[in-house]
Amino acid sequence: MTTTQYRVIGSRPVRHDGADKVTGKAIYTADTKLPGMLAGFVLRSPHAHARVVSIDTSQAEAMPGVHAVITGADFPNVEDKVADLGEGSVNLSYLSSNCMAQQKVLYRGHAVAAVAATDVHIAEEAAKKIQVEYEVLESVTWVLDAMKEDAPLLHDDLVTDSMGAKAEQPSNVPVHLHFEKGDAAAAFEEADLIVEREFRTATVHQGYIEPHAVVADYNEDGRLRIWTATQGSFTCRQQTAEVLQIPLGNVLVTPCEIGGGFGGKITVYLEPTAALLSKKSGRPVRIAMTRADVFEASGPTPGSFMRVKLGAKSDGTITAGEAWLAYDAGAYPGGMIGPGCMCVFSCYDIEHAVVDGYDVCLNKPKTSAYRAPGATQVAFATEQLVDELAQKLGMCELEIREKNAVKEGSRRVDGPVYPPIGLLECLDALKQSDHWNTPLSGPNRGRGIAAGFWFGCGLKSSAACTVNSDGTINLLEGSTDIGGSRTSIAMQLAEVLGLEAEDINPQVGDTDTAGYTDVTGGSRVTFATGMAAYEAGRDLQQQMRTLAADLWDCSADDISVGEDGSFSAGGKTVGFKELAVELFAAGEHLVGRATVSPECPTNGFGAQIADVEVDPETGKVTVLRYTTIQDAGKAIHPSYVEGQLQGGTVQGIGWALNEEYFYQDDDTMANASFLDYRMPTMLDVPMIDTIIVETGNPDHPYGVRGVGETPIVPPPAALANAIYNATDTRMTELPMSPPKLWKAMQANQTSE
Amino acid sequence: MSASKKVHVTTTINKEEIDFLCEPRHSLLEVLRDNLGLTGSKEGCNNGNCGACTVILNGRPVDSCLVLGVEVEGAEIETVEGIACSSKLHPVQECFLEGAALQCGICTPGFLVAAKALLDKDPNASEETIRFDLSGNLCRCAGYDKIVRAVQAAGQQMNAEA
Amino acid sequence: MAPNSVSEVVSLLSEHGDRAKMLAGGTDIIVQLREGLREADVVIDIKKIEDITSFHYCEENGLSLGAAVACYHLYEHPQLSQLYGALADSTHIIGGWQIQSRASVGGNLCNASPAADSIPSLIALNAEAVIAGPEGQRTVAVQDFCTGPGRNVLENNELLVAIQIPAQGGECGSAYERFIPRNEMDIAVVGVGSWIRLSDDGTIAESRISLGAVAATPLFAEEASASLVGKEPTEENFAAAGELAKKIATPISDMRGTDEYRTHLVGVLVKRTLTTAALRAQN
Repeated sequence: MTTTQYRVIGSRPVRHDGADKVTGKAIYTADTKLPGMLAGFVLRSPHAHARVVSIDTSQAEAMPGVHAVITGADFPNVEDKVADLGEGSVNLSYLSSNCMAQQKVLYRGHAVAAVAATDVHIAEEAAKKIQVEYEVLESVTWVLDAMKEDAPLLHDDLVTDSMGAKAEQPSNVPVHLHFEKGDAAAAFEEADLIVEREFRTATVHQGYIEPHAVVADYNEDGRLRIWTATQGSFTCRQQTAEVLQIPLGNVLVTPCEIGGGFGGKITVYLEPTAALLSKKSGRPVRIAMTRADVFEASGPTPGSFMRVKLGAKSDGTITAGEAWLAYDAGAYPGGMIGPGCMCVFSCYDIEHAVVDGYDVCLNKPKTSAYRAPGATQVAFATEQLVDELAQKLGMCELEIREKNAVKEGSRRVDGPVYPPIGLLECLDALKQSDHWNTPLSGPNRGRGIAAGFWFGCGLKSSAACTVNSDGTINLLEGSTDIGGSRTSIAMQLAEVLGLEAEDINPQVGDTDTAGYTDVTGGSRVTFATGMAAYEAGRDLQQQMRTLAADLWDCSADDISVGEDGSFSAGGKTVGFKELAVELFAAGEHLVGRATVSPECPTNGFGAQIADVEVDPETGKVTVLRYTTIQDAGKAIHPSYVEGQLQGGTVQGIGWALNEEYFYQDDDTMANASFLDYRMPTMLDVPMIDTIIVETGNPDHPYGVRGVGETPIVPPPAALANAIYNATDTRMTELPMSPPKLWKAMQANQTSE
Repeated sequence: MSASKKVHVTTTINKEEIDFLCEPRHSLLEVLRDNLGLTGSKEGCNNGNCGACTVILNGRPVDSCLVLGVEVEGAEIETVEGIACSSKLHPVQECFLEGAALQCGICTPGFLVAAKALLDKDPNASEETIRFDLSGNLCRCAGYDKIVRAVQAAGQQMNAEA
Repeated sequence: MAPNSVSEVVSLLSEHGDRAKMLAGGTDIIVQLREGLREADVVIDIKKIEDITSFHYCEENGLSLGAAVACYHLYEHPQLSQLYGALADSTHIIGGWQIQSRASVGGNLCNASPAADSIPSLIALNAEAVIAGPEGQRTVAVQDFCTGPGRNVLENNELLVAIQIPAQGGECGSAYERFIPRNEMDIAVVGVGSWIRLSDDGTIAESRISLGAVAATPLFAEEASASLVGKEPTEENFAAAGELAKKIATPISDMRGTDEYRTHLVGVLVKRTLTTAALRAQN
């Protein structure tokens, strides 16, 4: 545990952008208005899979008020090329056809044309006058069906890459991953107990409240300016430039305030379309998705089929693991199967394991990241099997986890050996918690626990700080602020310089002003951009020592910088502000800067406890009490760490109990609205208690680990374990919605 | 709905009398955001399922996406921009800030307006009442915990100031 | 358009036929027009009409509820929410608070969704729809008002003016409950409204049970209702009524639940609403 006393870190200042956000002044993309701006509307496919035979836009173009109409033919031909998005990568030709269909539509909602008009209603009316002739093709939306040999093919030229070896026949499976550790087959032979089950999870959506939106202004000189709701302005710039085949430097992306992302606002959907409409019309164009568009045409996270097997010795040591995982990629390759494979056994030190994973194309929107992408699915499987082992061995579910938990030196199935990590500390906090030590009583009630893991990445971040004449600081960084990160970054700068959080004025820059910074994702911002701010502060201090040496007539080496950020030499000590003012008066002005690209994952572990009550007559689950425990390394702003824990947990509860893409017989989504998609309302959840564990991350100056993603990993498993303990019914399918749970309870009673 | 002639509407927004022209098909939300520049009210779903566009209409919270602009002739409307009294934040705004009850902030205006309507009615609202009455407002970031606590704290502050 | 009298509305309707749509709270119609589910040339705002926006209760005739009266008036009204428990239950869970500030019971009825929350309550309470047309007024029992999903008995030149609900004595009680996967902001998987009148000896003198979301229209469960007459208000009897009610349910399987599950829920909710209704009658 870290014991260092900090002044700013660990305190709870009001966030810098707070007043703007509680008064309605904060400007989100859809709030942006430019002179002469037109409204765009995207026409989308009503079919899950179809060949586009012809498109006739003449009636739309003839409508008064319409300034531009585009189709796939207006998009430049983009060759197959893989671009790095920071967290994940993308094939640009797929990206382009996902923005606007070329010959085929691959899912309902796939864009086929777009209109810019003086008013969004006119644009919509015009779009509906576009005549698209489709040849409807057979479609597939269940992952195992899509893997069959006779499945309808989405891409004629797609062949399976199996750890480098290419298949000869095309299929819907772009990637087969295989990881091995030890000799799993032999270990299962020698196991005293084996548990194995099949699990299914539905496609779910991130559910951010702000629909995707963009404003594009294509200047006559070839300069393209974009205001958008993105998690990463630099990756947005890159994707847009590549899809449009224009020089990167011609594109300026300004990230507006963003209304949630959770991984779903990294890929571009509307930016190239808005840019082309703007180019064609000569006017700025704004496009905002409808809520139905968001569900049907952005990037939900994979549904899955999983078969997982664990073997254990009678003393509870888990000795063998095997997993066969198939995840939806959606319409184009590149789903979340990689992290799924890496996370399936990430919490347990299993000596022998084998994992096979398949990325599978099918007629759903292209999947994208959602908070610990790919990890929640596998945790649902593994964490239930661990409980089942414990139950069959007569062990406590906490004890079996403590016995097998990964720690420093444990090697994961995909290779990496863990540095110091905090899973055992989280389990210990669970054991000490009031929740765990308060017995749950009453009929139809049960308690469940589960552990969770997410890597947390470093990637590239930059920060620049300009010192004002009064010693306060303007901090420029490039991480879109989705949940208070301006403040958690500024606090780290304040700490190193001996200032208050309020002395820092943090700003999220655009791609012309901020240094290169990767996406707000991977739980990386407070870790990596915070580190950049810290280093920029250190840079300032170095510069100030050099300059002060002139002023004080001593050598820079004689000037030391204290823990409180003060500068001392020859018995004289002055604070940062004092020295900054002195230097400014002496004609010196200062800019500190830093770029960082930490390569090590921050390894965030957590554990959760869920208490539920199940209505035996309806199968409805009520969450009675919930505790989320997580190793934050060091919590910079505890309130916002708690917020991440609570928010991720409630998303996980939604995923567990009700959320799903409900597909109809024609493979279109039946429930593309907030009403029928059923995210938790305030009335569906209790208070979420949090326990922040701080084990300190040796790779960060203040010990920070990423916290954003891990909290969504355990809830479905913890709730499934609680439901089992309440009803004796093991749920292997998500969501565990009332009709399904009721049915499973009925079947369970009949079989008894 | 198809386009038709614009209608002149006179209404009161945040205690100020305002005139605007709008087509019958334009919602109050569109009028606020596009005609009047009051972009604090947000569009999350455009069909009354998220509450991000909540405004107070004649003393009652409503989803402004489900009100037509032409319907507010002679009405009194309060939006998030009107909650603060001149330069002083309303207790519910202060408590949201102090209690870190917002993350991305897109649902925040709707929550603030609905919470103010609730606290005006009952500053001592219980957790259960808060959760019931604000269940028409979706938040996807915060998990609701800190929002409920902020509304409770604001109620206490309003009692103390009363 | 916002006319000031019922007769003005009728003449507008006669002029525009089915190209005219009525706007009360707007929480259904605005969405339907926006999403192209219904079409209109003229939208008639009926909230300027006194008869349609007011409500009166008297012990003789019961409640006359103007068609455009917003939901909150019912559950916030101390006396009416006591007398018409089922209607208070319904109106308090239609959408969220924001919706309840606008949506009306009359609108909920005219929208004629099989899953409408207020209709089973109205049927259980034996309500009648008061309809105005060129020939004057007529009344139709609410249980006969809906003719299919989104369809009702109104002619193109008619409008719903009010809903008339019989007076309630102290020996009466009613309740509405729906099953939804979330706890609010959801469409009923099944909804049940129940009404009970007790005799002096505590047995059931009369009962009315109505089911929502298990057929093309909300249903009056006649046999189940009649089965309770003369019986004790016990859980066994209520469960037996639930079994009878299940016989008339012909639900579909969709994203909200399977036919099997919905039919099962009818039994559960009939029992639960009768229990609440009886408790309310006893108090």
